[in-house]
Amino acid sequence: MEKPWGGRMNFEFSEEQNLLREQANGFLKDNCPPTAVRKILEGKASYDEGLWKKIGEMGWTATTIPEQYGGLGLGYLELCVIAEELGRAVAPVPFSSSVYLATEALLLAGNEEQKERWLTRLATGEAIGTFALSEGPGRPSPKSLKTALSKGRLRGTKVAVPDGDIADFAVVVAKSRVGDKASWYLVDLSQRNVKSTPVSTLDPTRSHASITFRSADAELLGAEGEGWALTQKLLDRAAILFAWEQVGGAEAALNQAKEYALGRYAFGRPIASYQAIKHKLATAYIKNTLARSNCYYGAWALNTNAAELALAAATARVSATQAYYFASKENIQTHGGMGFTWEFDCQFHYRRSKLLSVNIGSEGAWQDRLITAVEHSNVA
Amino acid sequence: MDFNDSAAEARFREDAREWLKKNVPTAAELEGLDYIGKAKLWQKRKFDAGWACLRWPKEFGGRGASAIEQVIWGQEEGKFETPQSIFQIGQGMAAPTMMAYATEEQKKRFLPKLASGEEIWCQLFSEPAGGSDLAALRTRSEKRGDEWVVNGQKIWTSGAHYSDWGILVTRSDPTVPKHKGLTYFFLDMKSPGVEVKPIKQISGGANFNEVYFTDVHIPDSQRLGAIGQGWQVSLTTLMNERASIGGGGMGVGFRVAYKLAQKVMINDKPAIEDSAVRARLANWYVEESGLKYTGYRTMTALSRGQTPGPENSIGKAVGAPKTQDMASFCMDLLEMSGAIDDPDVAEAAGMLQMTYMASPGGRIAGGTDEIMLNILAERVLGLPQDVRVDKGVPFNEVPTGRG
Repeated sequence: MEKPWGGRMNFEFSEEQNLLREQANGFLKDNCPPTAVRKILEGKASYDEGLWKKIGEMGWTATTIPEQYGGLGLGYLELCVIAEELGRAVAPVPFSSSVYLATEALLLAGNEEQKERWLTRLATGEAIGTFALSEGPGRPSPKSLKTALSKGRLRGTKVAVPDGDIADFAVVVAKSRVGDKASWYLVDLSQRNVKSTPVSTLDPTRSHASITFRSADAELLGAEGEGWALTQKLLDRAAILFAWEQVGGAEAALNQAKEYALGRYAFGRPIASYQAIKHKLATAYIKNTLARSNCYYGAWALNTNAAELALAAATARVSATQAYYFASKENIQTHGGMGFTWEFDCQFHYRRSKLLSVNIGSEGAWQDRLITAVEHSNVA
Repeated sequence: MDFNDSAAEARFREDAREWLKKNVPTAAELEGLDYIGKAKLWQKRKFDAGWACLRWPKEFGGRGASAIEQVIWGQEEGKFETPQSIFQIGQGMAAPTMMAYATEEQKKRFLPKLASGEEIWCQLFSEPAGGSDLAALRTRSEKRGDEWVVNGQKIWTSGAHYSDWGILVTRSDPTVPKHKGLTYFFLDMKSPGVEVKPIKQISGGANFNEVYFTDVHIPDSQRLGAIGQGWQVSLTTLMNERASIGGGGMGVGFRVAYKLAQKVMINDKPAIEDSAVRARLANWYVEESGLKYTGYRTMTALSRGQTPGPENSIGKAVGAPKTQDMASFCMDLLEMSGAIDDPDVAEAAGMLQMTYMASPGGRIAGGTDEIMLNILAERVLGLPQDVRVDKGVPFNEVPTGRG
């Protein structure tokens, strides 16, 4: 595959990172139990504000932000660890938008002043950022973009924007006449010329919005006409973090199915003793294990900014998307009718798995990117 | 997290690589030898230099190496074109069982010859009526004085036709429940009454055999474990089977399919531009990559002196069906020509078609897909065993059905 065997014996998280995982797991068990997820699912709030505040206090939002901007300056392996636990807990917080996307976008393309302005507040969780790419059904491309600058003002509509109803600012991908035909704009969402309307999605634990820019103030983020290349770079990086959330969720869904199958009896014995159920769960275990190992590869590539990052990202992403979808749907199936009831929590994973899989490009989009990455490397 | 050897591992790797560079047999050296001769020549050379059966104690012909060193050696040897081994069953399954149950004298007599490749062993376990349900085997053994007399039939015995010795599990008492009436032996394959008949496979090859036993005499000294303890002894053998049977790559993997998709056309464009082709290739890439990095995680555990988790046992469950599907897919890419297996005409000299025909065997040998999933479900996820209607029933009262 991508490299000759070089001897790779330290392919594991460090003790400190594993300790962080335990802490994160314990923290979320206490502060984000299923009842907390359900509260957001059933209530009016867009996200769990209390949990978000605590996450900010824990410094998770500051993980990869350099110390000069009030961050912790840690590596991406730590962020992967946190992502997995957030995914496991189906946490109803704007972490992916604010951290994997907005923070990363600023780190990738922001000038000093821009970084100074937003990163310090992103680090504490006091500000929430998001990334606005989609404008409607279909796979976006520079050609499909309609949002553009006109006389120095931004016009257009982005939908669906994750956390668009609660974000303070957005990194908006807009049409450009030059370069790769797209540019990034940093847009303060609190201005009058921006109208943000919540749109309901299949996962109410993660809010989304339709955002219309009506001659909005917008400042270039990165160079004019480099927005599409930046988008690809950002998505590659974010894909690995999303994949870790998916792996965490997939494992939780499998555990849920397993626990239920062990306790549920039919025809005088646990349904977990029937091969139809065992093979289903073993298949989920296989998919989860492959996805986790691919995510290790992704974590390594992200942390070292490896040349094969694009390939590692697509591999982790496709693997994790498939694993979470499978585990979440078969979790419901294993529960039978109970899994289909509103009362049971199986729906959390079924909703979240689909949301995560379309959030930054579908399975098909990433399968295509994977083969493109193979074509660009000298893998085969 | 990185991909580096420790200093000691790097040194070991360097030593292995150096030795291999100088000692892998050349084409001239192998000229005129059949595959058994080639395998034996290479094995003996490794043995003489201390590179055979690395983890075994030195006194039995090994190197006393660590698990991670064994893995490193495997990686380095894998980079060279070497004669295909025919010793896996003997070294990987019979030897660990001998180490656990044979006398010191027997170990000294047999293990070094297993390591050097001088003697080849086979495994006489499966029977026509006992495959996935191995403990349902019927080959009878009866004790007569210091000897046992064996009658019955084994099947799917790889390499029985060229083996010198075999490990054998038999039913010594049919009146007790099936797991309790088994007794385990090793025997000389040239013993009178042993008859080996090759089985022609759907792939055309004949690697497996039927082995018939007619009044075969085995000295009691060649019994491994106590009378009636054959199941426990068999478990020692089987635990090593999973470790010695690999992922079932069989040559058709992502690289082969990707190259082919670049070459053949769909609607006047290279197949690789077709989105359905890309999606399927991506899925297989993800599986191969997942297995590879799962392997790295296992190696890391070994490197730290830990016992690897069961995650590595997914290799066969993923690899075997994948090989079949990929061969089938590659033939589809060839359209009508996909049917041609004439080596002079076919793409890749018929390798795709050969793999297609051989791959069903990969999904069955060494534990079927279904058994692999049962193992993962029971031993990894901790799910209960299926109901066993023969539990506690004397073997001779268990319903047998056809066969």
